[in-house]
Amino acid sequence: MNVATLKIEKKVTETTERMSGSNALLRCLLAEGVHTIFGYPGGAIMPVYDALYDYSDQLNHILVRHEQGAIHAAQGYARVSGEVGVCLATSGPGGTNLITGIADAMLDSTPVVCITGQVSSHLLGTDAFQEIDLMGISMPVTKWNYQITKAEEIPAIMARAFYIARTGRPGPVLIDITKDAQFEAMDFSYTPCTRIRSYHPYPTLDLKMVEAAVQLIDGAKKPLILVGQGVILADAQEELCAFAEKAGIPMAATLLGLSAVSVDHPLYVGYLGMHGNYGPNIKTNECDVLIAVGMRFDDRVTGDLKRYAKQAKVIHIDIDPSEINKNVICHVPIVSDAKAALQALSENVKTNSHAEWLAEFHACDKLEEEKVKSKDLRPTTGQVKMAEVIQMLSDKTEGKAVIVSDVGQHQMVTSRYYAFKSKRQNVTSGGLGTMGFALPAAMGARMGQKDKQVIAVIGDGGFQMTIQELGTIFQSGIDVKIMVLNNNFLGMVRQWQQMFFKGRYSFTEMTNPNFQMIARGYGIFAIKVTERVELNAAMEQFLNHKGAILLEVVVEKEENVFPMVATGASVSEIRLE
Amino acid sequence: MEKQFTLSVLTEDRSGLLNHITIIFTRRKINIDSLNVSTSEVKGISRITLVITSTKEKADKICAQIRKLIDVLGAFVYDDSEIYYQEIALYKLSTSEVLNGHKIEDLIRNSGARILVVEANHIIIEKTGHQSDTHALYQKLEPYGLLEFVRSGRIAVSKSMRRTETYIKELEESTRNTLSIKDY
Repeated sequence: MNVATLKIEKKVTETTERMSGSNALLRCLLAEGVHTIFGYPGGAIMPVYDALYDYSDQLNHILVRHEQGAIHAAQGYARVSGEVGVCLATSGPGGTNLITGIADAMLDSTPVVCITGQVSSHLLGTDAFQEIDLMGISMPVTKWNYQITKAEEIPAIMARAFYIARTGRPGPVLIDITKDAQFEAMDFSYTPCTRIRSYHPYPTLDLKMVEAAVQLIDGAKKPLILVGQGVILADAQEELCAFAEKAGIPMAATLLGLSAVSVDHPLYVGYLGMHGNYGPNIKTNECDVLIAVGMRFDDRVTGDLKRYAKQAKVIHIDIDPSEINKNVICHVPIVSDAKAALQALSENVKTNSHAEWLAEFHACDKLEEEKVKSKDLRPTTGQVKMAEVIQMLSDKTEGKAVIVSDVGQHQMVTSRYYAFKSKRQNVTSGGLGTMGFALPAAMGARMGQKDKQVIAVIGDGGFQMTIQELGTIFQSGIDVKIMVLNNNFLGMVRQWQQMFFKGRYSFTEMTNPNFQMIARGYGIFAIKVTERVELNAAMEQFLNHKGAILLEVVVEKEENVFPMVATGASVSEIRLE
Repeated sequence: MEKQFTLSVLTEDRSGLLNHITIIFTRRKINIDSLNVSTSEVKGISRITLVITSTKEKADKICAQIRKLIDVLGAFVYDDSEIYYQEIALYKLSTSEVLNGHKIEDLIRNSGARILVVEANHIIIEKTGHQSDTHALYQKLEPYGLLEFVRSGRIAVSKSMRRTETYIKELEESTRNTLSIKDY
């Protein structure tokens, strides 16, 4: 089989050392500043694991319980630290088990480098044991992928992998390395990648577009800023606030944009989308200038596109040119890194305020408070509600913890009620909506952010999708606080069944195991709360416990999350009950 | 309104890249009417030419997504008025049919086709042109019992005078490889 390889300049310098491909790979990781990797061994990656044995003082390898755990952990690590997350797996099932997480990282623009072993190059394409075309499988879900078949390719390809993963709009990169390349001897030297002629991650800011945007903003009566994850990825929180404050523009955040702006900011008006706040959804269809920063107008944010912000002039700032006009046609495209664009806007817009317009959001908040929040947060009878648990968690951690939420009702409730104070506190699976994300991602987040408390908020369904990672938490002594909000239902699906499928609860009720016993089996302390009166003491114990702990809160069985923009509805049709 | 668009894609010469490009069409359930991969005038750079039937809006979105692929140097959408394009078709007929007193000689001469090969048992006719031209000849030859017919993918050159070499040089010297935050 003819295996095409990347033409690379072979640099033999004085510092060149003779070593195996496996050693070279690990040296590349060290050269890129990697110190934590998540992985699972297997036949085709064994030479790398053998080399790893000698690097344990420099590379902290966390042995997960399933490759999906490794990739989600790498994602969690990347999301809180801003660095590239790295995971290691074997060929065949090792690689295919990574795919869900890779797809998740692709949709949520998370920088990760996945390294997979592959059968020896002479066996490629022969259906050898644990041989699968991982290049083909991963192609639609990676920013870049490459198969290394010769040890000498390793340094240049790894340098490329990290450059591509972290620059521009970040994303996952998969590097598949055949076993013979891992064994093969080569001359090692490392030069970081700084340029690829076919890849231009940082578009030049078009000042004409900035000027056009400034004109629209200066003339606006009812401007609104939509804050996406692009702001966090560009580390542009300060520039965003400076711009919004100068021009006096209210800011609303998408699911992944949460924590870019402190909820205490006077111009912050809430969370957008299907289960977002009432004000920012309604007002999207009333504003005159919409400034979208580092967000991609996902359908969960826009509802029916035909009735989305049609009255507004749209300014779309995004680093990825293919996002411009993809879903929403914009009047002024600014293809740029958010930091550069916001800085330019900030310098050029006139000082302004829109007090009356801002007051309209506050009026909406009052309505939401009355119709939704008061019932969610201050129930006096009945079972515990998810919102009151999250509110208590938020208060007791002063909104400063890293919150890793899973997917479903509890995720929406967490996004609504946790009062995020600063950047990179919110880790959740947005685009792909991967149940089972939170537990492993929280492990990674903890490894990536040792100064902050890391709390995983998970439903009873999602918890059981990656529950085996309790073993990783146990073995590696990872201090993760695990909160399971248990309603013995796949709550979000049940809510939809109730609202849109005539209450036919088809396969959504769960007979759950004793989660405390499972946690204890893994050496993890566990407590359970079923009554409101027990919640405060349990929460204290949960947060003050040294090391990993599980808190299971049995919540209202058939609770619905509101507000809600039903699928196909316009954001103006957001329902409060 | 849907019509035919030609996409011209300049890429690094890399295995698997074609797969990467076609996935973009597959995801949107768009049929590729014709596809051609060839070398370009610049060493080490391939030119992929695709023809699709779609709206301009969709063609532009697809083109943006192709451009986003790491090993793609450039991707351009053209309608038929912006390019010169050709396809080549080969027609195989039985020699005895052709020599059997039919007026096939006139037919070939009048349609601008040429005879590529004459063997004892078969004749190969070659015709270059737009799809409508090669199709017209197909219809004319059909009564003589076509043994085999094949048409190539469209190849196209743009009417623009921009040189690929200059374009690549600009890419190589671009400063868009690193983030620069300037003062405004």
